[in-house]
Amino acid sequence: MKAPEKQLSSSAKNKAMASVLEPCIFEHSRPGVTTTFLFDTESSNEFNATDFERIIPQEFRRETPPRLPECAQLDVIRHFLRLSQLNHCIDKAFYPLGSCTMKYNPKLCDAVSALSGFSDLHPHTPDEDAQGALAVMAQLQQFLCDITGFDAVTLQPAAGAHGELLGMMMIKAYFQQAGQYQRTEVIVPDAAHGTNPATAVMCGFSVKEIRSKENGLIDLDQLDKALSEKTAALMLTNPSTAGLFERDILTVSERVHQAGGLMYYDGANLNAILGQVRPADMGFDVMHINTHKTFATPHGGGGPGCGPVAVGKKLEPFLPVPRILFNEATGLYYRQADGDALKHSVGKMKAFFGNFDMHVRAYTYLMAYGWLGLKQVSTDAVLNANYIKERLKESYAVAFDSLCKHEVVFNNSKQQAADKRLRTMAIVKRLMDYGFHPPTVYFPLIVPEALMIEPTETESKATLDGFIEAMLAIAEECQTDPELVLNAPYSTPVSKVDETLAARHPNLNFFSSPLP
Amino acid sequence: MNHFLPHTDKDRSQMLEAIGLAEPKDLFADIPDQLKTTSQPEHMPMTGMGELPLMADLKALAKKNTGAEKACFLGGGAYNRYIPAGVTTIASRSEFYTAYTPYQPEIAQGTLQVTYEFQTMIAELTGMAVANASVYDAATAIAEAVLMAKRIKKTGVRVLVSDMLNPDYYQVLATYLQPFANNNTDDSLQLVQTDLTKTETAPLPADDVLCCVVQIPSYHGTLTDLMALRKTCDDLNALLIVCADPVALAVLEPPGKFGADIVVGDIQPLGNALSFGGPYGGYMATRETYLRQLPGRLVGKTVDRNNNLCYTLTLQAREQHIRRNKATSNICTNQALNILKATVYLSLMGPVGLKQVALRSIELAHQLAEGLTALPGITLVEPGRPFLFEFVIAVPLNADFFLNALSSQGILGGIVLKTENVQHILVCCTECNTPRQIEQYIWAVKGILDVFSAGLVMLENTSL
Repeated sequence: MKAPEKQLSSSAKNKAMASVLEPCIFEHSRPGVTTTFLFDTESSNEFNATDFERIIPQEFRRETPPRLPECAQLDVIRHFLRLSQLNHCIDKAFYPLGSCTMKYNPKLCDAVSALSGFSDLHPHTPDEDAQGALAVMAQLQQFLCDITGFDAVTLQPAAGAHGELLGMMMIKAYFQQAGQYQRTEVIVPDAAHGTNPATAVMCGFSVKEIRSKENGLIDLDQLDKALSEKTAALMLTNPSTAGLFERDILTVSERVHQAGGLMYYDGANLNAILGQVRPADMGFDVMHINTHKTFATPHGGGGPGCGPVAVGKKLEPFLPVPRILFNEATGLYYRQADGDALKHSVGKMKAFFGNFDMHVRAYTYLMAYGWLGLKQVSTDAVLNANYIKERLKESYAVAFDSLCKHEVVFNNSKQQAADKRLRTMAIVKRLMDYGFHPPTVYFPLIVPEALMIEPTETESKATLDGFIEAMLAIAEECQTDPELVLNAPYSTPVSKVDETLAARHPNLNFFSSPLP
Repeated sequence: MNHFLPHTDKDRSQMLEAIGLAEPKDLFADIPDQLKTTSQPEHMPMTGMGELPLMADLKALAKKNTGAEKACFLGGGAYNRYIPAGVTTIASRSEFYTAYTPYQPEIAQGTLQVTYEFQTMIAELTGMAVANASVYDAATAIAEAVLMAKRIKKTGVRVLVSDMLNPDYYQVLATYLQPFANNNTDDSLQLVQTDLTKTETAPLPADDVLCCVVQIPSYHGTLTDLMALRKTCDDLNALLIVCADPVALAVLEPPGKFGADIVVGDIQPLGNALSFGGPYGGYMATRETYLRQLPGRLVGKTVDRNNNLCYTLTLQAREQHIRRNKATSNICTNQALNILKATVYLSLMGPVGLKQVALRSIELAHQLAEGLTALPGITLVEPGRPFLFEFVIAVPLNADFFLNALSSQGILGGIVLKTENVQHILVCCTECNTPRQIEQYIWAVKGILDVFSAGLVMLENTSL
């Protein structure tokens, strides 16, 4: 496999002046151009400035208009189309991103969510005029109960981290309700996602970090030492962030429960165990589900997400309002916002009922796959990860050489032995020249110089083989021509970006002063 | 069999062989047998449906949302605004739609530059120096703003919230603050709902107040004197947090001009579908000096190795994936696709088009308010207070009954205000309402009132 080499950058290098790929939209602005295309050109009863001034007193009226761009439609469309072409995306090529589950989402899900009956529905629409939407939500809640083994689900949280926040708030409310105010500590393994400790702090807990064993799994001795009458919860993901299944999980949850704490399951890695094992059966009390990555929401360049929370009976009274329920007697779905049954609810996490557009997609996805389809999803996801591990482990050091689940962690030790400047980030940047997005790096934190790959179930063997060949070619380049790797990428819209400059002189606004 | 998975059985067996496993189930050999799921799902179908019948089923479900077809006069935090075709064209591009978070700037300049343009537009609309790449929605933006105020101004426990703040937003704020409110310590935050339009607020100890939170236009659609409120904040040594509708900012003096410290709001009205409540997007803007306390992603300008101007995520040391328990927030998404729509929307509309949208909505709302209050028994709840495109009316009969009667004539007439007097209704107009819909609304109300005054039904006794 051959990738473009460094010559590509030399012409750009010679330019003395900074150049731009596409000017800012504000630079396309031509004041005076007509942008009032929404309304008839010869609008008869134009609401004029006098009317407005009669209605709105002068002290409220905007004196200077905002400097929004004034562009002809075609200029706007071309600008954003040209920008779009500077992006890598899953519809174009593979994202082997550990911990991020970048899979293909059936286009059907997009089409369904765009149906006017769903997209044009106002959240304040009365229940009787929103039966289709409420049915989708109520049934999706039940599907998620099947998958997780829990008793009740709320679809309200807007992202995984938002679900985590809700889950931990419910734990806080549970102990406040029980009068156990001394339970102020949350135990988090050092291998955990950054959101876990950040979430615990946002809920007013303090974080007790415990060291993982060398194989990335929970060290029961460390856990025992950390547990006390102050323990509110243990936050855990299983399979772990190292891609390994926690075999001792029942012992772990037993000990946390014995200490009076609760078990929080971070659902980031749910894709690995769909239909195989359920978090509730592992002894967890509450979890969030990253619906956007597991069930068919395209990543959208960073969001929006969707993070439903599933709970057992113990925490159900604390779920946020409104609950989406079904009335057997009337045969109608309804929203329940108050009443005695909800007196322990933590409240509301979001203005309405969650990212409904994603609920429609997830519902469609689950109907399209079915239970057996989901079992095949997790099987193929794990198969693909282990296949990559086997094929790459001669060339890249595997952090944990045992059966992995949906993702596999390597490090750069073999490459750094050839040239100590070959840090993991440098190695993976070279992958862009082969047409792939780089894998996740420097996570989990317990593996120095980690390189983490999650292939997902939707990539074909041919794609995986192409990726493997690229990785092998780069391993070879690291030995024979480290410079080539260190200066990569060459074929991307821009070359290596100076992130330090951006942080040292923050310029976050087109109208603020230019870069020094 | 599955519709979307690419492997053939031959692929699978070749790969298993490469791994050295005999059967697929060996891939899960590390899961203790007692844990493995053997039961059948209670609710999910066992097998998957084909695209053809599934689409038909979902179309049927979508049709049951009869509200999507009715004339919409609902507001209260979600607005039935027109989405220009160009927004959908751009937002449907796979390059934006199916891209990952722009952690690798070399192959994510599209998303990054859009975000930078968005930040600039929000700063312009609000009159602030900097804006972030968005949080979940306006409600969570308010909650994040209060937590941010706490980091900026270490002292102060009272959060004074306008009694005219959207009650859904208030409830979210209360939920977010709960962990810091109920812990029986001296620095527990206390939410105080009060009328912030009265500058002669009952005197409070100056160092006790953390911040004031106000919404423009208010939940009732009316305007608030930010100048006076800024003075109150100065007297109390408190930060001023303003939640502002972005379309209203086309015609209203921006909060930055009055010295707001943090300005937040929802970008849904800017090219985003109603979608029964989400996904929307909360924007957050602030002063340059508070930049490092701002939560969420930020995109900054920089150069690449060849000195090309380009963009990158920046100041990530505030964020959870770097700072963990010391982070400004646990947030690890932004509403990227929603801000793309907002950015394209604002680019297409420009300052003139956006202002026209606001003016048309104001015009229609005032026409409707005039027509309704000309009817016997219907009054504006706050007569004489200037309002934009939402207003509150009192009706002489049960408000739920009133709205049900309208709904049966194809009109979603408004939202019942939950507080105090249940006879109040919040009505909203946008540019999508037609003059004919306004007429129909007034005629329908006239009909309802005629029936009511003729005493043909005992409306007061209905328990609807």
